[in-house]
Amino acid sequence: MNYIEHIGKYFAMLGQVFKRPQKGKIFKEALFRELDDLGNKSLGIAAFIAFFVGGVVAIQTALNVDNPLIPKYLIGFATKRSIILEFAPTFVSIILAGKVGSFITSSIGTMRVTEQIDALEVMGINSLNHLVLPKIIAAVFFYPFIISIAMFLGIFGGYVAGSLTGLFSTVDYIYGIQLEFNSFFVAYAIIKTMVFAFVIATVPSYHGYYVKGGSLEVGRASTQAVVWTSVIIILLNYFLTQMLLG
Amino acid sequence: MIEVKDIHKSFGEAHILKGISATFEKGKTSLIIGQSGSGKTVFIKSMLGLHIPEEGDICYDGINYNDMSTDARRDLRKEIGMVFQGSALFDSSTVEENVMFPLKMFTMQTKAEMLERVNFVLNRVDLNNANGKYPAELSGGMQKRVAIARAIVMNPKYLFCDEPNSGLDPRTAILIDNLIQEITDEYNIITIINTHDMNSVMEIGEKIIFLENGLKAWEGTNKDIFKTDNKAVTSFVYSSNLFKKVRQAYLMEG
Repeated sequence: MNYIEHIGKYFAMLGQVFKRPQKGKIFKEALFRELDDLGNKSLGIAAFIAFFVGGVVAIQTALNVDNPLIPKYLIGFATKRSIILEFAPTFVSIILAGKVGSFITSSIGTMRVTEQIDALEVMGINSLNHLVLPKIIAAVFFYPFIISIAMFLGIFGGYVAGSLTGLFSTVDYIYGIQLEFNSFFVAYAIIKTMVFAFVIATVPSYHGYYVKGGSLEVGRASTQAVVWTSVIIILLNYFLTQMLLG
Repeated sequence: MIEVKDIHKSFGEAHILKGISATFEKGKTSLIIGQSGSGKTVFIKSMLGLHIPEEGDICYDGINYNDMSTDARRDLRKEIGMVFQGSALFDSSTVEENVMFPLKMFTMQTKAEMLERVNFVLNRVDLNNANGKYPAELSGGMQKRVAIARAIVMNPKYLFCDEPNSGLDPRTAILIDNLIQEITDEYNIITIINTHDMNSVMEIGEKIIFLENGLKAWEGTNKDIFKTDNKAVTSFVYSSNLFKKVRQAYLMEG
């Protein structure tokens, strides 16, 4: 199957996904389950990575701006900008693509190869709507929350790194992070995150739903899903940055 | 009644169903038999709409499946129960949740009413103390019984079973066969079973369709199968010496 066919099939899949749920109560139950599986259980890893990468960004910046003419508060400023604009929305989304993407593909793929999806269809249930829509809604509405926490922890990680290493003063750092604060950058990060969340929920679902074969093929589909989700996130990041900041 | 008229189904270059026609009547257990790769599963999945045939018609009580809207097809499927070869139970749900799922999805019953119905069907398949267990904690035969319970919980008009005895010991296989036969008689439904199991053929085959290379090679009852001289059927059914002897004994008795 060529790329055009995959793209067509992906959009045809979305056509089935975006239908009114057959039973509100069951949809609500599925949504809360997905909020826990895709959102809540991703919070820890996102927070952990954000905190330490924030510290590393601050240390790297401090080590590279040892010119006495460059004010030290630029370390806080640069750390804040890189975390809000790129690290939190893009880097954390790629981590989530790996963690959540493989989970989505393997869970839906296993349902496919064990005929659980056929069982849903035979019962008269729109399996795509039943399985994928709660994932999309959970990801699109929960990931901005994760990314906001990642932003805070990343910047806080830089602060902790400064106070532990003594490479820059915390006063300079706090002054730097307050300098020229542009709230649109946060909005830009949230918009990007919501788009990436949609990709993280749908591309792995596509790979899982249409898998053919057995456990080996489910494993391969999971790998492919993570690769394609990451590639699409990187490409969309480029276009969204051009559109929103260019 | 289900009428299948000249259906064809291919996957790429492989022409799996090459024009099969058949009718399935209410209150009868119909068996589809044939060698592996003869098209049995594709045939049954085509009837269910899980595969879309390129040619031919499938009519449920006179209404052509091809002419139905997506919603009408989903409504029809609510009247269908299906027992899959691997049971296809939702592995992260308990037995009770598995059986209750169609009720939760399609009825407005209260939790107590649903539980009563679930317990009734689980009791019907002789599984009384398994409500809280997960599919992985059950034996193959118990999983099949849960699958049957889930298939009948909505009082279906049509029951499809894809190799319900595969992987089961002979005693459990007979129990499953008898259970399906009893349910068919009790609810007066159309039951269609895909099977390799010759015991099932002899025990419950009120109507038998033999498929070979995507074509219907023979049709009859479990009594007719003893008398047929169709080579494809006899070489398949009487491949074991035991069944050869059973046939000889049957023919000698007259």
